[in-house]
Amino acid sequence: MLDDIDRRILRHFQADPSLSTAELAELCRISASVCWRRVEKMQEASIIQGQEAVIDWAALGYAVEVSLRVTLDKTQPRAFDEFTAAARQVPEVIELQTFLGRVDVRLSILAKDMSHYQQLYRDRILTLPHIADIEALMHIARVKSDEMLPV
Amino acid sequence: MTELDELDRKILHALAQDASQSAGALGRKLGLSQPATWRRIRRLETAGVIKGRRLRLNAEALGFGVTVFLGVKLARKGQVSLEDFERAVSAIPEVQTVEHVLGLYDYRLRVVARDLSDFERVLRRRIMTLPGAGDVEANVLLSEERLPGPIG
Repeated sequence: MLDDIDRRILRHFQADPSLSTAELAELCRISASVCWRRVEKMQEASIIQGQEAVIDWAALGYAVEVSLRVTLDKTQPRAFDEFTAAARQVPEVIELQTFLGRVDVRLSILAKDMSHYQQLYRDRILTLPHIADIEALMHIARVKSDEMLPV
Repeated sequence: MTELDELDRKILHALAQDASQSAGALGRKLGLSQPATWRRIRRLETAGVIKGRRLRLNAEALGFGVTVFLGVKLARKGQVSLEDFERAVSAIPEVQTVEHVLGLYDYRLRVVARDLSDFERVLRRRIMTLPGAGDVEANVLLSEERLPGPIG
């Protein structure tokens, strides 16, 4: 189980994963060796699973991001598997989530501009199997995106 | 806009999977020297292509059993300030992401909670009481995949 020191480490580490152990220790007001051991232990327990670089797709020319909410034809027993397998093959799809609720699957899709999006939508999305209904939400702005857990 | 060559794409792809690897280790995999790899990573960072790092935590092991996506519609458009809503919603610790969207909803929120009853508490006490919050639609996340995107 985690104690207050672990939680303190996770809070600071989440806020800035590029911190060195020494910097992290100082923020948490603990010694570097204690900090290092705690982080190591949480990595071993798979509580800390790793670090990933966050890509700014707009900087690579992908100005458009659309969230597609898809309802599948559930009379087809393999609808979920076949749809997700086909969606994974579309390079512009960066996120694939499945839900319990009104929406079955959500795809995040990138495009360079609106005409590129339109082309992707027609050629790669509408051709995916077992779609019963599809709704689009166009991203305007990311107000908060740190994805921190309130530990 | 930054143009990437084949090696940049490989570096970006590798760092999106594991950003903790050193330039030396990554370079060895790609047949590139440590300084050359380091320079390329640095360039991707200064160009803003890599906008930061994220710690990947096991939400379930930390006691967060449910993730819910909420579509929120603002009530009385024009009378509520978007800034007020955005400031208030961003201050809720359980709200992990806030996206302003165009379509059926105005905002899309990612919310974590310990379990469904904890989620209900967050929804009732924190979300429904936000200035200007109108219709809310909730979808419970079952599974999630992040894909490499058009650099793979």
